[in-house]
Amino acid sequence: MNILCVCGNGIGTSVLLKVNVEQVASDMNLDVNVTTSDAGSAKGTANMSDLVLTSPQLAPELEGVDVPVETIENFMDSDEVKRVLEKYAD
Amino acid sequence: MATKIEEFLPDSAFLIDRQAKDWRDAIRLAGKGLEESGFTTSAYTDEMIATVEKMGPYIVIAPGLALAHSRPSEAVLHTGLSWVRLSQAVAFGNKANDPVSLVIGLAGRDENEHLQVMSAIAKALSNPKANAALKSAASAEEIRAILSE
Repeated sequence: MNILCVCGNGIGTSVLLKVNVEQVASDMNLDVNVTTSDAGSAKGTANMSDLVLTSPQLAPELEGVDVPVETIENFMDSDEVKRVLEKYAD
Repeated sequence: MATKIEEFLPDSAFLIDRQAKDWRDAIRLAGKGLEESGFTTSAYTDEMIATVEKMGPYIVIAPGLALAHSRPSEAVLHTGLSWVRLSQAVAFGNKANDPVSLVIGLAGRDENEHLQVMSAIAKALSNPKANAALKSAASAEEIRAILSE
């Protein structure tokens, strides 16, 4: 599964989220490829992923992309990340 | 890893138990840590504040934690972080995760250079025991030791 983590600039929060998503996916034995992007360029690249993860504040900027966009409130909460990944695990 | 952490988080990057009157003030402290460590020029501090003004308080990514940063620019001299622990938490306007007591400042030349230290930070912050230890750690050295575990 290709997952795109999106934040405002593509170098900070999305990188932290990527680290946690990879950790949670590994605990779930889920095969994922996680990339990061800034909100500006995400609209163009989002369609190459299966799932987009971002924060509630930035989700409106991604309106109109063809793949599911899920928001994460606590980027450090493995359980919250896990709940989202479970929805797409099959 | 140990040398990497010291490289990205030198003593000058820590501002422990400082006071900030609002979120702008808190980000200015994070900028001060970055500037005094030679990671950025003062312009970067303004860029970090402008990021929140423009895009909202999305940088508050977990309860009590803000990751202040902007994009790579001429104001970023080296990749590095700063660590600001506030004596009194301040609101950033993020309903889910306010108030903020820890502000990590990040200056990145690109998205890869700091990946290793970010992994260490993510690992520590998502571990309740390490997270509690970070809150009570008295010195830069102690905090680096927790992150290196």
